[in-house]
Amino acid sequence: MNLTNGKGSMSTASSNAAWKAGDVVSDQFPAGLRVLVVDDDPTCLMILERMLRACHYEVTKCNRAEIALSLLRENRNGFDIVISDVHMPDMDGFKLLEHIGLEMDLPVIMMSADDGKNVVMKGVTHGACDYLIKPVRIEALKNIWQHVVRKRKNEWKDLEQSGSVEEGDLQQKPSEDADYSSSANEGSWRSSKKRKDEEEELHQQFVAAVNQLGIDKAVPKKILELMNVPGLTRENVASHLQKYRLYLRRLSGVSQHQGNLNNSFISQHEAAFGPISSLNGLDLQALAASQLPAQSLATLQAAGFGRSTAKSGISMPLVDQGNLFSFQNPKLRFGEVQHQNASNSKPMSLLHGIPTSMEPKQLANLHHSAQSLGSLNMRVNDPGAQSNPLLMQMAPSPQSRGQMINENIGSHVSRLPSSMAHPIIPNGISSSVLGRNVIADGGRGAAYNSVSQNSSMVNFPMNQTTEFPVSSFPVGSTPGISSLTAKGAFPEDVSLEIKGSGGFVPSYDIFNELNQPKTHDWGLPNAGLTFDASQHANPLQGNIGIPSSVLLNQGFSSSQQSGHHSGASSVGNTMFAPGELMDQRNAQHINHLNTLLLGNSPRVKAERIPDASSQATFFPEHYGQEDLMSELLRQQEGIAPAENEFDFDGYSTDNIPV
Amino acid sequence: MEVGQMQRQWVDYMRSLFMEGFLDDQFLQLQQLQDESNPDFVVEVVSLFYEDSEKLLNDLTKTLDTKGTDFKRVDAHVHQLKGSSSSIGAQRVKNACIAFRNFCEEHNIEECLRCLQQVKQEYCFLKNKLETLFRLEQQIVAAGGSIPMMELSF
Repeated sequence: MNLTNGKGSMSTASSNAAWKAGDVVSDQFPAGLRVLVVDDDPTCLMILERMLRACHYEVTKCNRAEIALSLLRENRNGFDIVISDVHMPDMDGFKLLEHIGLEMDLPVIMMSADDGKNVVMKGVTHGACDYLIKPVRIEALKNIWQHVVRKRKNEWKDLEQSGSVEEGDLQQKPSEDADYSSSANEGSWRSSKKRKDEEEELHQQFVAAVNQLGIDKAVPKKILELMNVPGLTRENVASHLQKYRLYLRRLSGVSQHQGNLNNSFISQHEAAFGPISSLNGLDLQALAASQLPAQSLATLQAAGFGRSTAKSGISMPLVDQGNLFSFQNPKLRFGEVQHQNASNSKPMSLLHGIPTSMEPKQLANLHHSAQSLGSLNMRVNDPGAQSNPLLMQMAPSPQSRGQMINENIGSHVSRLPSSMAHPIIPNGISSSVLGRNVIADGGRGAAYNSVSQNSSMVNFPMNQTTEFPVSSFPVGSTPGISSLTAKGAFPEDVSLEIKGSGGFVPSYDIFNELNQPKTHDWGLPNAGLTFDASQHANPLQGNIGIPSSVLLNQGFSSSQQSGHHSGASSVGNTMFAPGELMDQRNAQHINHLNTLLLGNSPRVKAERIPDASSQATFFPEHYGQEDLMSELLRQQEGIAPAENEFDFDGYSTDNIPV
Repeated sequence: MEVGQMQRQWVDYMRSLFMEGFLDDQFLQLQQLQDESNPDFVVEVVSLFYEDSEKLLNDLTKTLDTKGTDFKRVDAHVHQLKGSSSSIGAQRVKNACIAFRNFCEEHNIEECLRCLQQVKQEYCFLKNKLETLFRLEQQIVAAGGSIPMMELSF
C-alpha cells in the first residue's frame, strides 16, 4: 500500500503492490490472493487447500500455529489473509489470532466445527474478521478476499486519522505510516530482525509501558523512555502503538461490555453515576435523552417535570432539551426510587459525565414541574443523589415505584443511563448503563465506557429522546426501572411517547421483548436495562454506535436490538418509566409529558417488563401521543444535533461495531 | 459389465449411501473438487481421514480405558474426529461423535465407552461402503468411462 505521504515507501511488498493495486490488477483479483491456512486436522487441511486452489488463491498450509507464526514473521508481506482453526494442540487459535493482529495486522478468519455462540463471540472480540463453521464449503471461501480489501481500506483510513492525532507524532506521520504499512521498513517494530521471544518480550514491555502511562496519554516518546530498550526507535514504538490502538479499539468495540475499555469516558461517567442514586441516573438520562427541544422542555417543565434536573447536577447537555422530560417523568415515580438510587449510583455518575448541561433555569423549571407532579419527587439518592435532581424530585407517592425503581435501578442502573439520555443519555446511558452494569456486574464498567464511547448513541437525536424522559425515568434508575416495570405500577397511560416520536418505538418494543423472557436471548439478565456487556458486547456496541438520529428515532430500538441494548432501551424505558409512574399521579402531567415525550414509556415499562427489567417495558407500548411525537420530532429537527455536545472519546458511531 | 451399466450401478450405490445417511452433501463437495488435474482427490482425502481417525480412535480407546479418564483430552479428540468426519461428509460418524461429546461433558464414563464403540462401528461401516464405491469407480475408469457427477436431489 502506498501511502500518499510517500515517506514510507510503502512498498512493502509485493503484496502491497498487488493490493493497492488491488484496483489496478483487479482483473485478476482476487486470483492470486495469498492465503495461509492453519489447521491441525490433516483431512481438513487438505480439503481447504484444494478448495482454496479451486478459487485460484495461492495457498500455503501448515498444521502448527507456531510454524504459521514464524512463516508470517519471516515473510511479513508474504500473505494477504490467514485462515486458522480454533482448536489446536500447540496454541489456541485465538492466541494466534491476537499475535497476528498485533504483529502483522493481517485479516484472520477463524474456523471451527464448534458453532457455539460463545466461541463465535470470542472470535469477534479477538478481532477475527470472520468465523466459518466446519465443514467449510467452497462457497464460503470464494469471498474471503473481501476481508483483505476491507482491511486495507480501513487501514488507510485509520492511518490517516490516527496519524493526525498522534501526539507529537504529526511530523512523523509519514514515517509512521510507512512503518505501519511496510514491514520492510527499517523503522517498524516488526521489521527488526528479532526473534519471536524477543518480540514477545518487547511487546510485553510495550504494553506495560502503555498501561503505566494510560492509553490516552501513551505517547511514543514516553513509551520509549519507559521501555528503555536499546536500539528501539521512536518510530518503532509509534508504529506499534498505532497498531495496538487499532487492536484495542477493535476489542473495545466488541467487548466493551467486557470491560476492555478503559475509556476515560466511562471512568468519568461511572464516577458521576456512582454517587447518584439510580434514579438520578435515570433522570439524567431522561434528561439527556429528552433532548426535547427547549420548547418542549419548557412545556415539560410546565408539566411539572423540572424536578430533578436541576438537582442532580447532571450535566446533561441534552437535558436542556429533552432531558428535562426525562427527568421529570422519572421524578414522578421516583419517589421510591430515591431510596434505591443509592444503589445505582453508577449510572448516575454516568450522567454526570455526560455533558448534559441542564441549565439551572431549566432545572429549576423542571423542578417546578416536577413538583407539580407531586409525589413523584424522586429523592434520588439522598446520600449522594446529587446527580439526579429529577430523581430527587420524585414524589414520594410512587414509593412503591421508587422501590421498584431502586431495585431495578440497582441492577439496571447502568442500563438506564444509556437509554435515558438520548442525546445525553447515550453517553449517559452508556455510562449509566455501564455504571449499572458495572455495579451490577461488578466490573463491566469498562463495558460502559464503550457505551459512552458509543455515546454516539447519545447523539441520538435526543430530541426524540425527550420522549423518553417522560416515561423513561426509570431508565436512570435502571434498577428501579426494572423494578418499576416489574411492579407493573406504571400506568398504562404513560405510553411511551417515544413511540410516537417514531424513533423509539421500535426500540422499545424490542426492549420489551427483551425484557420479556426473550431478553434472555439477549443475555440480559435484567431484562433490558443492564447492558449485558459480556454477553452482548456487540450488541451494545452496536447500539451505541448507532447514530443518535437513528437511535433516537429508532427509539432505542437500536439499543434494544441488542440484548444489551437493554441498557439503552432501559434508558429509554426508564425514561418512560417515570411516565408510567406518573400516570397515576399526574395523569394530566403525564399526558402532557406524553405529548412531549413519547410519553408512554412509563407504561411500557411497567407492563412490559415482567421481569423487572422495566427497561423493555418502557418502550413503545404506548406511544400514544402521536401528535406529541410529531411535535417533538419537529422540534428536534430544529435542534442542533446533540451529537456534538457529547464529547465522546473519539469513538464515533462509525467505529462502533454494531 | 459395460461402462454404462457400471456407472448406473455407481449412481445407485451413491444414492443409497445418501439415503442411509452414511454420506451427506459435503461428500459431494469433495467430488466436485475432483477433476482432471486432481483425479484422485476424493480417494486421497478419504485415505487421510482413515489414517487420522484410526489414530484418534486408538488414542480414545487408551484414554477411556485407564482409571482417571482425562475427559478434556477425550473431548478434544472427539471434537477433532467430529471435525474431520464432517469435512468429508461422513454423516453417521459425525453424529456418533456428537453424542459422544455430550456424554463427555457429563463425564459419564460408561456412556462414553458405549459411544466410542458406536463411533468405531460407524467408522467401519463407512470404510466398507466407501471401499465398495471406490472399487466401482476404479472399474469405471479402467473401462474408459468417467465417474458421474452426483447431485443431491432428494
